[in-house]
Amino acid sequence: MPADGGADRRLLAGWGRTPATAADVVTPRRAAEVGTAVAGADRRGLVARGLGRSYGDAAQNAGGTVVDMTGLVGLRAFDGDSGLATVAAGTSIDALLRALVPLGWFVPVTPGTRFVTVGGAVAADVHGKNHHHDGSIARHVTQLRLDTPLGARTVAPDRDADVFWATAGGMGLTGVVTEVTLRLLAIRTSLVRVDTERADDLDDLMARMVAGDARYRYSVAWIDCVTRGRSLGRAVLTRGDHAEPDDLPAKRRRPGRGDLLGYDPHVRLAAPGWMPSGLVRPLTARLLNEAWFRKSPRSRHGELHSIPSFFHPLDGVRDWNRMYGVRGFVQYQFVVPPAAGEVVRTALERLTAARCPSVLAVVKRFGDATPGHLSFPRPGWTLALDLPVGPPALPGLLDELDELVVAAGGRVYLAKDSRLRPELVAAMYPRLDEWREICARLDPDGVVQSDLSRRLGLRPDARPERPRRRRDGSARGASVRPVGPARA
Amino acid sequence: MRDGLGTVSSVLVLGGGSDIGLAIARRLAAPRRGRVVLAGRDPHRLHEPAEALRAAGAGTVETALFDADDTDTHPGAIDALFAGGDLDVAVLAAGVLGDQEAAERDPRVAVDVLHTNFTGCASAALCVARRLRAQGHGTLVVLSSVAGERVRRSNFVYGASKAGLDGFALALGDSLVGSGARVVVVRPGFVTTKMTAGRAAVPFSSTAEEVAAAVDAAIRRGREVVWVPAVLRPVMVVLRHLPRALFRRLPL
Ligand SMILES: Cc1cc2nc3c(=O)[nH]c(=O)nc-3n(C[C@H](O)[C@H](O)[C@H](O)COP(=O)(O)OP(=O)(O)OC[C@H]3O[C@@H](n4cnc5c(N)ncnc54)[C@H](O)[C@@H]3O)c2cc1C
Ligand SMILES: NC(=O)c1ccc[n+]([C@@H]2O[C@H](COP(=O)([O-])OP(=O)(O)OC[C@H]3O[C@@H](n4cnc5c(N)ncnc54)[C@H](OP(=O)(O)O)[C@@H]3O)[C@@H](O)[C@H]2O)c1
Repeated sequence: MPADGGADRRLLAGWGRTPATAADVVTPRRAAEVGTAVAGADRRGLVARGLGRSYGDAAQNAGGTVVDMTGLVGLRAFDGDSGLATVAAGTSIDALLRALVPLGWFVPVTPGTRFVTVGGAVAADVHGKNHHHDGSIARHVTQLRLDTPLGARTVAPDRDADVFWATAGGMGLTGVVTEVTLRLLAIRTSLVRVDTERADDLDDLMARMVAGDARYRYSVAWIDCVTRGRSLGRAVLTRGDHAEPDDLPAKRRRPGRGDLLGYDPHVRLAAPGWMPSGLVRPLTARLLNEAWFRKSPRSRHGELHSIPSFFHPLDGVRDWNRMYGVRGFVQYQFVVPPAAGEVVRTALERLTAARCPSVLAVVKRFGDATPGHLSFPRPGWTLALDLPVGPPALPGLLDELDELVVAAGGRVYLAKDSRLRPELVAAMYPRLDEWREICARLDPDGVVQSDLSRRLGLRPDARPERPRRRRDGSARGASVRPVGPARA
Repeated sequence: MRDGLGTVSSVLVLGGGSDIGLAIARRLAAPRRGRVVLAGRDPHRLHEPAEALRAAGAGTVETALFDADDTDTHPGAIDALFAGGDLDVAVLAAGVLGDQEAAERDPRVAVDVLHTNFTGCASAALCVARRLRAQGHGTLVVLSSVAGERVRRSNFVYGASKAGLDGFALALGDSLVGSGARVVVVRPGFVTTKMTAGRAAVPFSSTAEEVAAAVDAAIRRGREVVWVPAVLRPVMVVLRHLPRALFRRLPL
């Protein structure tokens, strides 16, 4: 970042805490400053970063500029009739929920953590437990403000639709989103009515999900992925919907007896910073899985949960990612078509056989895809696994699973990836070339880049040593730039 | 980029004909069809190893000119090597064993060894470090030696050159903390390569492939010092603390 001198060289890593890289971080407070940053980025380009909850290297840009969007926050406009809210892209879902739940509104889609920005959620086209019912977040976005190297523009599903859909799921590589207009969901209470059941094995689980998911807005299964053999895939399935006032016990409904829309998230525990490296080892993974399974009810109906406990259970432990120790962990999440559920079984079998058990394994059914070129969700089964780095067999095993996923017509989630082989991206995302053309049009000099895009070669037109044009089209020399933290 | 599991995709070898350097390049780059750049003082002689790397699975292999002795050319030459794209790992493998007896007779022989192994390598390491700092990531692997851990009477010219380089590289690594770049210092014992051809193997000897495996593991685990074989670390702790009168008389 030239001129304003506001850049600060910092090491950045993703949520998985795997290798960090250094970049010059700028933190704009106003949308206009984003434009300045985009225009001023040099040869190593720039990318936006939200709250850094992507697991891998999507929000990093080694040696270049990273635009920290968390300084650009706030509700810009809200229409209480239509539920349309316009928010600054750095606003977190946490902040939105605090402001909107008491007014009777909920975000249309939330990932498993509320500590993500709206911009980051759009860039990954995130899905929630309601994907089978409501699709991913881009379905509920009516408009975006996007800053590109050739200038800022407003895009929508019916206005520059190709740019809109290249951006939704485009991992920040079309430019910086500064503002998002979302259609919110009206709720009448801040509680969720939840049904819980246990499934004995994977077939049982999938059958229950196929038969019953349509009755629920939200559905997700936690799999005990340490168990082998016949009960492989035994699981706890939780499904539910926002509670209506009638679902609440009579005494809570009486006027004056507490607010139906009360919302009070608070982080209860913090994982201590001294947590020994590798606390989560195969043995502890086994114990955790066993304990969780045993404590879950065989079957329970109509239980009332708070929003944080149902949607964001992991947020109750701050910095829980530290538990995996200094070497960090990778998250492996893939989706395969409805008929390829066997890949889920094979993945679980191979990981347990190779003694790489996951601490968290989540299965969900996806509904319809959005037209996003690089959007991850498509109809079928998705499995997400947290895998501590360390077992020597892990890299090769995940490479093998990638092959199965590709052969089944599936893909892995780029927001969670940190280790995919570049040559598989095009097979997983068949519209990659179409997306690349849109990027090249928006950013002919390949200014928008990230560690993810370099590692996977997502934008082959972006070369490190390329000179770039200014916004007025004149060329700028590839002068050698001084290296170091403070550049005037 | 080094990925989340520590796998890298591009490797530069300075002293590109080095058996150890080539083994490291093969180990790191071949499984993922990565990119390798071999830089040495005679690029023609690098065609054959380049071909072998391709056959072993490397995606692209380029060759280039790099002379450790010609320090004036280092900044330009190394900038040019990085111009073709980021390099995840740079291996500094250039080195000569030298002839100890000749060096004791003719100081100019000693100066040549010191110039290549210490001065030339230090200069190249600084140029690489500057590029790694600018790209915000990457690992410089420096081939030191147990010979530098406690310099012995029988090869003190080589040993002193490695002792100097070792200390230089460790502190260079310290200077890079926070930059995204790192230095890994490798201290092999006797390795059976061209450099040691014709010499009788000694205890704790290893192969170039074993050195490569140890370097791979160090990169994945974020280790900064590697002994090959690992047992040399405790062995050298003992040797380092022997009284000089005793150390002098050991048949090392
Ligand atoms: C505990 C946990 C649970 C999760 N559960 C889910 C889940 O259920 N479903 C799901 O889909 N994902 C889930 N995720 C992943 C997470 O939702 C996504 O990675 C999301 O993108 C993170 O948002 P962020 O604000 O932290 O963005 P970052 O991680 O900082 O960035 C992610 C990407 O968005 C881009 N980006 C960020 N802001 C902008 C902007 N303003 N303009 C343009 N691009 C931008 C970045 O360049 C990067 O490519 C989970 C993550 C965690 C840690
Ligand atoms: N082998 C061992 O027992 C052992 C033990 C500990 C440490 N090491 C160290 O490991 C490194 C690699 O050694 P190796 O065993 O692989 O030996 P090697 O095969 O002989 O490799 C040494 C390489 O250095 C190159 N070189 C020498 N002077 C150079 C210069 N001025 N400029 C550029 N390149 C130059 C040589 O190139 P040419 O082909 O042009 O001569 C040769 O390719 C060396 O630093 C060595 O000191 C080796």
